Amino acid sequence: MSEEIVSDLMRAHIYRLAQRGERVDGRGLDEPRKLTVERRYVGTAEGSARAKLGNTDVLVGIKMSTGEPYPDTPDTGVLSTSLELVPMASPTFEAGPPRPEAIEIARVVDRGIRESKMVNVEKLCIKPKEKVWILFIDIHVLDYDGNLFDVGSYGATAALASTIVPAKAQGLGEDFPLPVEHWPVSVTFAKIKDLILLDPDLDEERMAEARLTVTTDENGDIRAMQKGLSGSFSFDEVKRCIETSQKVGRQIRPILQGS
Amino acid sequence: MEERGAALRQIVIPGEAVGGPGLKPGPGTFKSGDQILAAQLGVRTEHEGRVSIIPLNGRYIPQRGDAVVGEVTDLGPSHWLVDINAPYPAPLHATESPWRVEFGDTGRYLKVGDAILAFVLSVDEIKRIQLTMQDRDARKLNGGMLMEIAPTKVPRLIGKQGSMITMVKELTQTRIYVGQNGRIWIDGPEQGAAAAVRAIHFIEERAQAIGLTEAVRDLLEKETRGTGVSS
Amino acid sequence: MEDIEHIEKEMKLIDENGVRLDGRKFDQLRPIRIEAGVLKRADGSAYIEWGGNKVLAAVYGPREAHPRHIQDPARALVQCRYNMAPFSVSDRKRPGPDRRSVEISKVISEAFSSVVFKEQFPRTSVDIFIEVLQADAGTRCAGLTAASVALADAGVPMRDLVAACASGKIGGVVCLDLNKEEDNFGDADCPMAVVHGTGEIVLLQMDGHLTFDEFQKAMELSLGAADRLFELQRDALRRRYSVTLEEILRESPPPVAPPPEPEDRDFAPVEEPGPQDEAPPRDEDFGPEGI
Repeated sequence: MSEEIVSDLMRAHIYRLAQRGERVDGRGLDEPRKLTVERRYVGTAEGSARAKLGNTDVLVGIKMSTGEPYPDTPDTGVLSTSLELVPMASPTFEAGPPRPEAIEIARVVDRGIRESKMVNVEKLCIKPKEKVWILFIDIHVLDYDGNLFDVGSYGATAALASTIVPAKAQGLGEDFPLPVEHWPVSVTFAKIKDLILLDPDLDEERMAEARLTVTTDENGDIRAMQKGLSGSFSFDEVKRCIETSQKVGRQIRPILQGS
Repeated sequence: MEERGAALRQIVIPGEAVGGPGLKPGPGTFKSGDQILAAQLGVRTEHEGRVSIIPLNGRYIPQRGDAVVGEVTDLGPSHWLVDINAPYPAPLHATESPWRVEFGDTGRYLKVGDAILAFVLSVDEIKRIQLTMQDRDARKLNGGMLMEIAPTKVPRLIGKQGSMITMVKELTQTRIYVGQNGRIWIDGPEQGAAAAVRAIHFIEERAQAIGLTEAVRDLLEKETRGTGVSS
Repeated sequence: MEDIEHIEKEMKLIDENGVRLDGRKFDQLRPIRIEAGVLKRADGSAYIEWGGNKVLAAVYGPREAHPRHIQDPARALVQCRYNMAPFSVSDRKRPGPDRRSVEISKVISEAFSSVVFKEQFPRTSVDIFIEVLQADAGTRCAGLTAASVALADAGVPMRDLVAACASGKIGGVVCLDLNKEEDNFGDADCPMAVVHGTGEIVLLQMDGHLTFDEFQKAMELSLGAADRLFELQRDALRRRYSVTLEEILRESPPPVAPPPEPEDRDFAPVEEPGPQDEAPPRDEDFGPEGI
């Protein structure tokens, strides 16, 4: 609709539908959009995946190089995640340095991957204190229809899972698959008045008063969380979101694993 | 296959010759020497010595008299600014509203986020637009829902003498306003409105298909069967 | 020249039989495929695979130009932003425009500025975005060729499609469409963009060393390639919309004699004031629809 605002009329309509457990695209409140993942999309990257969640479309590339470790973690590899709101993805994205929104999404995606120990960064040490593998996760948003937290995370996870460490080019032996040991799945909720909707599309996201992202691993344990926007959640709502994340996580995980 | 090939050949692309001397250039075309060339991707059509292009896509370009569905995005003491999905902002002056608005009192009648059905009052030589609501059909829209299709698909949705949109309204028992700007307001029982939305998306996607009218009728009859919504 | 690679040994880019490293002859293009209308949000879009290049182009507009002070009161601006994704090259590229991207953005903007009917949309901007997802030399030509399709897909009025191809010199031989190795180790590279119907050159750059004769050969190769590219562009646009003329005309009926009645106004031509020769006349009104 209008590029920036959701009309009052549509707000009322979306809320009315949601009160009956329905959404504009026919989904239930706890139902994510269709997720498709295409691995090894880009040959110049060590790993890559194009992920589409409904009409939100991102391409994630993994680049690896070697370098010095951080001084406080001298024998582990380095992970760095960034996200670009490419102007072609939405009339509201402008070229320029990353906005706080983009930085927040990148950091939350990063947290889910890092804290779940998806990539065993201890195995990415080449020579302690001197040389480690540096892993860049670049999320390139191509088409925007809401919920970059989840699709950014799904793209990154699928890309990491198909990454080959370019050891040969660095004279460090044969190439080997990036050691992936855990599977974080991010699930994001939008709160509209007293109702909570999973995987908000663009209009729902623009109407949301509060937002919650919960990242769980394959055991259902919580690895990362982020509450956003200026509204609030009750403790019960948070608990329900976590439970739903565990359940939906189990449905989504196989798609990311490529099975 | 043969037919499809012939059909595909009918789509013209910018720069393609669509007519020679003896024909006049219509919308979507331009003259180059004594040839007429297409300026947009579309379908060539000819009538009474004038060749035109029906574009397959394009932004909404306001014309005087167009009905438009818009959303108020800003207001000042004597006007509102309305988003009508055009390349230009569309102001609605207080004097063109259906109310007697005191200076500074505009917010009392329309606020940011309100949806309206208005008409394009004027478009000047440098494309400055003015809207008006001084028309018996103009109104603030309450209830219902909004959706959007590509403006170039609007004629298809309306149909010859309104036949297509009338069929949709009757079979779904809804009120529908189709703005020339591609924005559409639908109001009615939930089932009917949902069916109307699906039908409109169907029409937009298949705007160039054969037998569209029959297909839409089938779709709507299936959707509204047994739901209490009947024609 | 996207990447500076370390020269290890003498590389024979083209052998005695005129066969290049990837098996091509001097006048052969790499495999190309184009698809139109690949994104939902953008007004128009296209995707191109050209050899090892994967490039996405999208168009928004005409839309209000921001900030206000850059608006041109008489015409639309045509602004292109060319950008390479960080993972598009062997050595990761830091996000954000570098000087090379800024220059390429400028020359592509200028190329399209020459074909878009700008006077039809004063104070607006036609914004073109080119994202290189995977690079293998010739990205600006691939991007421009895709962007032309994206502009047509968006319905932006223009006088013709534009296609671009580079020719260069490798091992002393003038060749069409250099790939990454050829670009890095070759003697010259000359990208060129051509307006299809008229053959006007709207983008031309060159670096390296070419005699006048060599340049002429390079230009002929590129002009020939532009014709082949045009067919791919046209096919991509037609495939996007499979249509029957009959159905379009049946539902969008031919105009009735002017002046049109508001109640059942059909596709009626209106005598437009203003220059018919330079700019395309505007579309007609199909009538408002009420209760």
